[in-house]
Amino acid sequence: MDFIFSEEQQQLRDSLQKYISKEYGFEARKAIIASKQGFSDKVWAQFADMGLLGVAFDEAHGGFGGSSVDTMLVMTELGRGIVVEPYFSTVVLGGSLIDLAGSEAQKQALLSEVAQGKLLLAAALGEPNSRYELNCVETTAKRDGAGYVLNGHKAVVLHGESADKLVVSARTAGGAREAKGISLFLVERKAAGVTVLGYRTIDGMRAAEIKFANVKVGADAVLGEIDAALPVLERAADFAVSALCAEAVGAMEALNATTFEYLKTRQQFGRPIGSFQALQHRAVDMMIHNEQSRSLALLASVKVQSEDPNERKRVVSAAKIQIGRSGRLIGQEAIQMHGGMGVSNELAAGHYAKRLAMINATLGDVEHHSERFASAA
Amino acid sequence: MDLNYTKEEQAFRDEVRSFVRDNLPKDIADKVLHHKRLAKDDWVRWQKILYKQGWVAPNWPKEYGGCAWTPIQQHIFDEECGYAGAPRVMPFGLVMVAPVIQHFGSQWQKEYYLPRILSSEDWWAQGYSEPGSGSDLASLKTKAVRQGDHYIVDGQKTWTTLGQYADMIFCLVRTDSTVKKQEGISFLLIDMKSPGITVRPIITLDEEHEVNEVFFDNVKVPVQNLVGEEGKGWTYAKFLLGHERTGIARVGESKRELEQLKDIASKQLRNGKPLIEDPRFRDRVTAVEVELMALEITLLRVLSARSKPGPEVSILKIKGTDIQQALTELTMEAMGPYALPFRPEARDGNWHGEPVGPEYAAPAAAVYFNYRKTSIYGGSNEIQRNIISQMVLGL
Repeated sequence: MDFIFSEEQQQLRDSLQKYISKEYGFEARKAIIASKQGFSDKVWAQFADMGLLGVAFDEAHGGFGGSSVDTMLVMTELGRGIVVEPYFSTVVLGGSLIDLAGSEAQKQALLSEVAQGKLLLAAALGEPNSRYELNCVETTAKRDGAGYVLNGHKAVVLHGESADKLVVSARTAGGAREAKGISLFLVERKAAGVTVLGYRTIDGMRAAEIKFANVKVGADAVLGEIDAALPVLERAADFAVSALCAEAVGAMEALNATTFEYLKTRQQFGRPIGSFQALQHRAVDMMIHNEQSRSLALLASVKVQSEDPNERKRVVSAAKIQIGRSGRLIGQEAIQMHGGMGVSNELAAGHYAKRLAMINATLGDVEHHSERFASAA
Repeated sequence: MDLNYTKEEQAFRDEVRSFVRDNLPKDIADKVLHHKRLAKDDWVRWQKILYKQGWVAPNWPKEYGGCAWTPIQQHIFDEECGYAGAPRVMPFGLVMVAPVIQHFGSQWQKEYYLPRILSSEDWWAQGYSEPGSGSDLASLKTKAVRQGDHYIVDGQKTWTTLGQYADMIFCLVRTDSTVKKQEGISFLLIDMKSPGITVRPIITLDEEHEVNEVFFDNVKVPVQNLVGEEGKGWTYAKFLLGHERTGIARVGESKRELEQLKDIASKQLRNGKPLIEDPRFRDRVTAVEVELMALEITLLRVLSARSKPGPEVSILKIKGTDIQQALTELTMEAMGPYALPFRPEARDGNWHGEPVGPEYAAPAAAVYFNYRKTSIYGGSNEIQRNIISQMVLGL
């Protein structure tokens, strides 16, 4: 049992941390968010140079052969900087769907492009009626000669508008909520029949509603086995959730640090407000929530690789529950302790709180994962 | 990073598990598992079994009869014992006073007291709290005045856990009231049979006799029972606090209580279905279970750190007791109206009367009220928050 990161891992973390604190300050981030596409090509190219975009992919696929722990390290630093670039959608979720479901040829072609920063992905899994249920798929893919024709509506697709390729879950058989009959397709975002309504998210990122009207794809667009995508979807989603938990831990850490600093410097009644016990004890609870979250994020980053799906689901859902609760408490308390400044958009604190709240609403909230946790017992 | 136990640690766990399985007397485990009342002899018997195995004082240095276990081994041992329903090893002698004697005691104190502690020949109690000194312990007033070869002790200690069984009590006493309050305190070892000592029970909310008041009226204590130097008692007390901590998270016991809670909630019904399937109740159980999973890793992180545990141990106290209390709360609520019947006699190991409601219901409410103590004792959770706020956050 040891909780120590390898030298390479520490280097990776330190260089990313340095880069973000130098190049990705609050004002720089604000400018990036205000730009047309909502993220920076320059930052993305830097991430590629630093090796972040292929960190968890096999070397045979153009990656660096790292583990889920490396992904966790990267995501924690991205969380610390509330980085808005599409790392989660392209590398973590899109990348792992291809990694888990794709053929050898698909992996070689696509993952190496992702690793080099040449290919952006978005995972189009959710639908207007699906909430967080991956099995709830009404989008259809009907056989058409050698290929398929897709029809349907995918909801809140993270970074959907900027993606080159979409990984789409669609029903090839069965009823709307059936576990069997779901398949994955790779669809060009610019394909005929695809309409994209892009929008901002409250935490400074981008997402899109994407509609498919008689979109024709070839047989080579199929990702994995027809009708049998759900287990792969669940695995990839669990991996993505563990990465979100790591991101949340970084965000909590940064938010706590800035809040505690504020408590030490803000003077009222002639003394720092951090000298008041009413705030001290709540600050301690924020710190404990951060540590408990870190513990389960660590566990999830390891157990997400478990061969036993029940163990994997239990631990990942436990982590998401913890992060959901802790993120809410820390976000709310940070805003409160900053007083009026806490509700100002000019201060970083509120932006961390926004990201933490939206992490809870991504790939399953506390209630969703509580139900899943109990059913995986 | 590797979150798996090593092969050696796994083997150690197996060894502890089979030892506990083969040697923990069934009547004692039954009492612990079903929240029956333990007698003095139950604790002593288990401690003597551990003593024979050489495991009763794992925290002691090897030369005094300790095990030289790693912190992880200590945790595995605590977890296995807690999970199996072994009674807690009484900490007052083995975990609290012994390290103080080892570090600061005289040769005579070491030779006389340590073997008696190790063999459970003497039962020790802790004489810290006073009626006017709870969280503000250093304000204590019990005074000891030197007269020739003796100290004359006058005053009162309180909340003395199981003091009714004690042969010895270690006390913080004031030997100098002219200096700063922390500097006038000394550490005395006092024989409970000394003339002038009176023990009065304090009955707690569960109507059990677990704690006491101890009165000292002109009690003569030989000077050879002073530990270390006069006026250094506060330093020794702080040293002691650093020594009672690893088991404080109580992960093994909470895992056991969680399992029992789930078992009970699968037998109790709501709307004709097992209570555990009711989403409202189930989510509350899940919330505690998740916190417990996190606490286990938090504990292992503290134990695996290269440095000695510092103020972050306060996290373990706060979270550990939060979880213990939440489990007793849910267990009581799981009983529904059968939380009401109060039958202390049913908690006697030899009672064979007719139970009211399910057998497991009898102690639930009493245990719930008993466990309110956990966030108050050992430095209240508010004091723990003060410690983290000052030492970790720097507020």
